Amino acid sequence: MEWTRHLLIVPILLPLVTGAGLLLIDELRHTLKALLNLASCLLLVATAAALMHMADGTPGEGGALSLSYAVANWPAPFAIVLVLDRLSALMLALTSILAVAALVFSMARWHRAGPHFHTLFQFLLMGLGGAFLTGDLFNLFVFFEVTLAASYGLLLHGSGAFRVRAGLHYIAINLAASLLFLVGVSLIYGIAGTLNMADLAVRLPGIAADDRGLVYAGAAILGIAFLIKAGMWPLCFWLPSAYMAAAAPVAAIFVVLTKVGAYVLLRLTLLLFGATAGVSAGFGGPVLLWGGMATIAFATFGMLASQAMGKLAGYSVLISAGTLLAAVGLGDTAVVSGALFYLVSSTFSTAAFFMLIELVERARAPGADLLAVTMEAYGDETDEDEVEEHDDEEVGVAMPGALAILGVSFGCVALLLAGLPPLSGFIAKFAMLTGMLNPSGLGSPAEIPGRVWLLAALIILSGLAALIAMMRTGIQTFWAPLETIVPRVLVVEVAPIIGLLALCTLLAVQGGALLDYTEAAARALHAPSTYIQGVLATGHPAGVSR
Amino acid sequence: MELTLAIAIGALTGSGVWLVLRPRTYQLVIGLSLLSYAVNLFIFSMGRLTVGAPPVLGPGGAGNPADYADPILQALVLTAIVIGFATTALLLVVLLVARGLTGNDHVDGREQR
Repeated sequence: MEWTRHLLIVPILLPLVTGAGLLLIDELRHTLKALLNLASCLLLVATAAALMHMADGTPGEGGALSLSYAVANWPAPFAIVLVLDRLSALMLALTSILAVAALVFSMARWHRAGPHFHTLFQFLLMGLGGAFLTGDLFNLFVFFEVTLAASYGLLLHGSGAFRVRAGLHYIAINLAASLLFLVGVSLIYGIAGTLNMADLAVRLPGIAADDRGLVYAGAAILGIAFLIKAGMWPLCFWLPSAYMAAAAPVAAIFVVLTKVGAYVLLRLTLLLFGATAGVSAGFGGPVLLWGGMATIAFATFGMLASQAMGKLAGYSVLISAGTLLAAVGLGDTAVVSGALFYLVSSTFSTAAFFMLIELVERARAPGADLLAVTMEAYGDETDEDEVEEHDDEEVGVAMPGALAILGVSFGCVALLLAGLPPLSGFIAKFAMLTGMLNPSGLGSPAEIPGRVWLLAALIILSGLAALIAMMRTGIQTFWAPLETIVPRVLVVEVAPIIGLLALCTLLAVQGGALLDYTEAAARALHAPSTYIQGVLATGHPAGVSR
Repeated sequence: MELTLAIAIGALTGSGVWLVLRPRTYQLVIGLSLLSYAVNLFIFSMGRLTVGAPPVLGPGGAGNPADYADPILQALVLTAIVIGFATTALLLVVLLVARGLTGNDHVDGREQR
């Protein structure tokens, strides 16, 4: 085994060590802590890039590849395995880039708003890295809990009655979801006798018909736990208020938390109930498809109805979650490939939006809006007293021409969320729609079922709703006020937003490269046998398969 | 034994769900604790109910696996208990903070009007 294989454990170990080390440093030395945290995040980006390169370095054209790593060197399926394939490498890269952006943003003032921000931040990254890499259901639970425990702390970061109230709901719902997760995992173990995902995929088709119902029940309960985290309607009512309550950099990194649920559903549905599953093939697909569509519809109305920008961003997270779930439920290779591109693009744009909101809110005169009354009525419950409480602490270089930059960024985010050209949101939606409407390739007509038309219509309509809602908010914020308040905005606050938007532009210009990658990832997901063989050969001498 | 355990899990789950749906934060915490007890027992029962069977193989050979209790689920229960404890403790802290900040113990931070 060459040394590069050990890179697989880095996304778990590095944040763990950094987070623990940061605990030892005095809470007053903010800058040192932030720099260490930043160094760790940058190393993670480099690692993720290397892993992506490794996962993509496939022999043969576009075949599937998965590298696995046996922790403590026990042979699979007894070992705790970490598995790297294109999908997990992509998710790792996405998370680490987002982490750098959120962290840089927090260095303006948020990281000083409470203790242990940097440690919690690193532990969150550790949990996410583990959840993306693990090849074992129970370790998935453990890493989910690590992520959640850190996210509880981060959501409460900055304190205030609104945040604590939202945090209470968030913790209670996630605890209940974790219990469902455990029930599902133990039910599956009780029947199949294994927790290794690859081993499970091998054993599932051979399970006696009498016991199959129990496995389905276990998988369904497990699915509900993930759907709560991914935010599928009707399990998503906690999401907009929790994300709105979180501090801006925290909300930005939280955007990837819903994607973890979607990631796990994508992986497990196609691995356990994909083409190789025999009688069980396609289990759960319709639920994901119709549930995803219901989520898009719900979030579209939510977006049109929201007056506060935080709610707007929360609902845009839901739209992207619904689109992803529906694409997973459709299960078509081309659609999944487009959906993965959409995942990257929508994560970056929504995270940029969350950070942008905080800066734009500063340009809004508090109470000057005529809409204040309606805002009250529509549930914009931000406590006025907690706004701007750290204002006088700001140090650093202020940004010249702040309002112009904010306006342009806001316009870019609107284009991205609506899916209009020239930015990457358009390419993402176009790739998905092409996959849906040309299932057998361009130019060869095929029968398209009604549900696919419905999904295509919903995706386009949700874009229209996003455009309307963003335009309305933009006009209110940038054009309508009689006296302009020029907000004091620091360079470190604008830089991550511009960086994320620049990445989205790059995705639009160089979309082909990423689309090739996601297509290969989607094809690998639909042919799980390589994944299974790769995992089960782990740790056996000379890689001999069982 | 199966019936007793099933009734116990059912009673714990039922009371837990009822309490979780109540409006007071303290009821929420107790409800989640009861639910986690029920889930822990459930995980245990997934290893099939055996009495007096050791989970660790004795010295001198593997023996027949049917004579042993499944140790994996016991390990899972241990992990689940630890994680459940930690998160419930955290919820308890948040509950106290919410009580302090909002002045009442309703989960929404204010009484229903």
